[in-house]
Amino acid sequence: MQLIYEKSQEGRRAGRIPTYGLPVPEVPAALARKEPPRLPELAENEIVRHFTNLADRNFGVDTGFYPLGSCTMKYNPRVNERIVSLPGFGNLHPHQEDEGAQGALELMWELQQILAEVAGLPEVTLQPAAGSQGELTGLMLMRAYFADRGEGEQRDTIITADTAHGTNPASVTMAGYKLEKVGTTERGNLDLDDLRAKVNERTAGLMLTNPSTLGLFDEGIAEVADIFHEKGALLYYDGANLNAVVGKSRPGDMGFDIVHYNLHKTFSQPHGGGGPGGGPVAVRGELEPFLPSPQVVRDGVGGGATFRLDRDRPKSIGRVRGFAGPFGVFVRSYAYMRSYGPDLTRMSETAVLNANYLLAGLRDDYELPYDRHCMHEFVLSARGLKHEHGITALDVAKRLMDHDVHPPTIYFPLVVPEALMIEPTETEPKERLDAFIESMKSIAREAAESPEVLKGAPHSRPVQRLDEVKAAREPIVKHAFPERSPIGA
Amino acid sequence: MTAGYLSLTDRDRDEMLAAIGVSSIDELFEQIPEPVRFARELDVPPALTESELMRYMEQLAAKNSHTGVELSFLGAGIYDHYVPAIVDPILRRGEFLTAYTPYQPEMSQGVLQAIFEYQTAICELTGMDVSNASGYDGFTVAADACFIAKHATGRTKIVLAETLNPQVREVVKTYAPGFGLEVVEVGHDGGVTDPDRIAAAAVDAAAVIFPQPNFFGCLEDAPALAAAARQAGALAVAHVDPTSLGVLEAPGAYGCDMAIGEGQGIGNAQSYGGPHYGFLASRMEYVRRLPGRIVGQTTDLNGERGFVLTLQTREQHIRREKATSNMTTNQTLLALGGLITLAWLGPQGLRELGETCMSLAGYARERIALPPAFDRHTFKEVAFRTPRPAVEVIREARKHGVHPGYALGRDYEGMDDVLLVAVTEKRTPADIDRLAAVLAEVCG
Repeated sequence: MQLIYEKSQEGRRAGRIPTYGLPVPEVPAALARKEPPRLPELAENEIVRHFTNLADRNFGVDTGFYPLGSCTMKYNPRVNERIVSLPGFGNLHPHQEDEGAQGALELMWELQQILAEVAGLPEVTLQPAAGSQGELTGLMLMRAYFADRGEGEQRDTIITADTAHGTNPASVTMAGYKLEKVGTTERGNLDLDDLRAKVNERTAGLMLTNPSTLGLFDEGIAEVADIFHEKGALLYYDGANLNAVVGKSRPGDMGFDIVHYNLHKTFSQPHGGGGPGGGPVAVRGELEPFLPSPQVVRDGVGGGATFRLDRDRPKSIGRVRGFAGPFGVFVRSYAYMRSYGPDLTRMSETAVLNANYLLAGLRDDYELPYDRHCMHEFVLSARGLKHEHGITALDVAKRLMDHDVHPPTIYFPLVVPEALMIEPTETEPKERLDAFIESMKSIAREAAESPEVLKGAPHSRPVQRLDEVKAAREPIVKHAFPERSPIGA
Repeated sequence: MTAGYLSLTDRDRDEMLAAIGVSSIDELFEQIPEPVRFARELDVPPALTESELMRYMEQLAAKNSHTGVELSFLGAGIYDHYVPAIVDPILRRGEFLTAYTPYQPEMSQGVLQAIFEYQTAICELTGMDVSNASGYDGFTVAADACFIAKHATGRTKIVLAETLNPQVREVVKTYAPGFGLEVVEVGHDGGVTDPDRIAAAAVDAAAVIFPQPNFFGCLEDAPALAAAARQAGALAVAHVDPTSLGVLEAPGAYGCDMAIGEGQGIGNAQSYGGPHYGFLASRMEYVRRLPGRIVGQTTDLNGERGFVLTLQTREQHIRREKATSNMTTNQTLLALGGLITLAWLGPQGLRELGETCMSLAGYARERIALPPAFDRHTFKEVAFRTPRPAVEVIREARKHGVHPGYALGRDYEGMDDVLLVAVTEKRTPADIDRLAAVLAEVCG
C-alpha cells in the first residue's frame, strides 16, 4: 500500500484556517521557516480513505480474539468513548481553576478511593503515564523514603525475579539502583533460600509481579514479605497481572508497600495500537508525603465536599509528567469500574476461569512447564514441537494469524524455552475459547503432518513474514522523499 | 445476573469447571494462601447500567467549566486548537483503538505504516533525521533527552532555560537524581534567554534545553542558543510548539541535536492535561540511544514493502537493565491523531495556522489596554502587566464568563502581576474585543 506521502499532489489540500482579515506580523528573518515541511497534500476524501485502508490492515480486540499474554486485551466498552468525549471532560483545560474543574477532580478522587480499596493501600497518586512510569515512580518513592530515614546511601540495590518483565530491570537502572536477580523454584515460586542469601541492609526493595509472568500466584508471598521487612526493605508490586486478583487478594494484604496499576490492562483503557496507558501508584501511609505533586484531595464531606489539587507537598519526589495525569484514561477506567461495582471480583474470577479452561484444553498438545492451576494467564512451551518437527513458537504464532486470532506473547518469560504466553481475559465467550483450542490443536497436528505450511505462515495477511534483521541493519525510519528541486528552478 | 461485560452463561461456567476438573471457581483460587485471600466484598460504589452510567458522567462533566462554555484564553502548554472532524472517527476504528503494540507485524501493518508516516511527519516538522513512535507527553520527553545526552557525551550537567515550561523543568529535576544528573537553570533577561549566559552555563554540560517559542510566548534567538550549546560541546535540544513550525524555523536547520515537544495542539483534545503525545526527534547519530518504539521499513519474503518495530536491541524487553529506557506503552493513538491532523493541514494549512495565531496575538496586544510585560516578538501568547495580582484579575473576569489566561506568578517570583493570554485559530477578533472589554472593566 502506498504511503500517504506517495499520494500527495502539490497544491492539493483539505483543511482551511480562518484568517479574520488581520495583518500577519513579520517573523525576524533568522527565525523564520525557509523550507516548508513536506507534509501530505491530499483532499479530505483521500485522507479518510488512506486511514480506513490502514485500519483494514490492522487487527484489534474488536476484530477478534487477542490472547496476548501479560497485556490483558479485554473488550473496551464503547460507552466509555462516548463519555470521554463529553465537552465537560474533553474540552477542559488543565490550568482551569480548581473551582471550575470540580467534576474532574471529584472523578479523580473517587477513582483513587476504588484503586485504594482494590490494592489494600490507603494513598494513591494518579500521575504516572503508564505502568513503566509507575515502576520508576515507585522506585523514586523508595529512594525518597530511605533518604528521609538517613539510609539513602546505604540502600543501593533492588531485587527482581528472573521471570520479571524487562521493564523492572530497566526501571531499576533509570532510578539509579543496582540490580540483583532472584531465581524461581520448580513450582514457579520465588526461591526463598536464594532470597534470604541476597536480602541484606543494602537492599532497598523487591519488585515483583504476583501472579508472576508464568501466571502463577506465589505461594510463599507472606514469607517473601517478611524477609524484606525484617531487613527494613520495601516491596513493590508490579500490577501488570492485577486482572487475576481484583477482589480476591490485595497486594497490601500480601505485604507490598507500593503498587502500580495498569489502567489500560485491568481497567480497560483501550490500548490504542501501543498507548495511551495509565500507571497510578498506591502506597502505605508512611510513603504518602513523598508522592508526586500535585495530589487530588477532598475538603469536607457529603454534599458540601469540594476537591482541589494540593501542591504544598514539601517532601514530594516532584512531578513525573505534565499536570495531574492522563485524565481521559481516568474517565474510561472509572467508567469501567462503575459498570461492575463490587462485581469487579467476578471480573477476575472469570478471567481465571477462562484461562484455566484454555489450559485444560491444550495441556495434551503442548508442553506445560509448570503443572498447576493457573491464574489469569498461563505459559505453554513449543519445545516438543521444535525437537520433533522443527516447529517453533514463532511458527505457531504466525499460523494462528490464518485462524484470525492474534498470536499470544512469545519467547517470554525467558525462563521457558519456546514460550507461548496466553491470556484470554474475562470478556471472551466460551465459543471463542473453544475455537482457539481447536486452532491450537490443528496447528499441533499440522506441525507433524505438514510443517512447511507452518513455516510459510501466515498465508492470509497483507504481507508475508518480514525481514526484521534487514530493518535493524539498514534502518529506514522515515520516507525518502525525492530530492527537492533547487529554489527558483 | 452480574454487572459489567462478562460473556459466560451459568451453563458455560458449569461446563468449563467440569472440563478443568474442579467443582467451583474458588478451587482455582486455592493457590492463594489463605491469610492473604480477600474474604469480604469490595467496598466500592454499586454497579450502574449503561444509561445510568451515562447520566452520572454527564452530571460530573457538567460541573466543569470547559472551553465551550467559558470564553477561554488559557494556554501555557495546552491549547484549544481545532481538532478536524475526521480525527475521531478514524481513531475510533476498532482496528486502531483496540490493538496493542505491533509486536506481530503481519497482523499490524496498518498501525506500523501509520507510525512510520508519523515519524516522517515529525522529522519534516523538526528538520531531524529520526523520530520515535511518541513519548508520554511534552514533559517527559525532556527527561528522555537528558538521558540520551548523558550517555552521548559522558557528562552529567543539564542546562535548562528558565523560560522553558516550568513543568518541563520540574519533570527533569524529578528524574535527575536517578540519572545521576545535576540541573542548572539560566534565568531570562527581559523575557528571553541571553545566549552568552547559556554559553557560560554550557561548559561541561551534556545538554542545553531551551524553548521556541518560550513559556512567555516570546521568540527566543534559538539559532544563537543552539550555537552556544554546541560550542561548549553540549547537545542543543529545542523544545518546540509544533503549531509554530509552519512559520518558525525547524530546529534541525539551526543546528540542534534534538527537537522535543508537546503534540497536543496538533490533533488532541485538551482533556484536562492528558492523554496527549510527546515527540522526540534527533540526528541519526543518536538513533540507537532513543527511548521507546521506532518503526522501520523492510521487505517480506516476496520482496514486498512492509514495516516492523526495529532497533529493538535498545529496548527493555531485550536489553533489560541495559536498555535505553523502561518505556513500553507509549501514546500511539494520540500520535495518530497528530498525523491525521497534519495530513489535513498540509504544509499550507500549517503555515496558515501559525500566521493566524500570530496575527490574533498581535491583535490582542493592540486591543488590550494593558502594557505587555516584554517587548518581544511573540507567537500565540502575550504576557501583560496587570494593575493588581493576576489571580484576582482571573477570578473577577471569570465572573463575566471569560477566562483571561494564566497567572505567571504561579511559577515565577516577582511576576504576580503578569497575565499570560493565549490565542488559537478558534478565537476571533470579536472574542478578543470581549476579553479586552472585560479586562478593562476588572482592571479599571
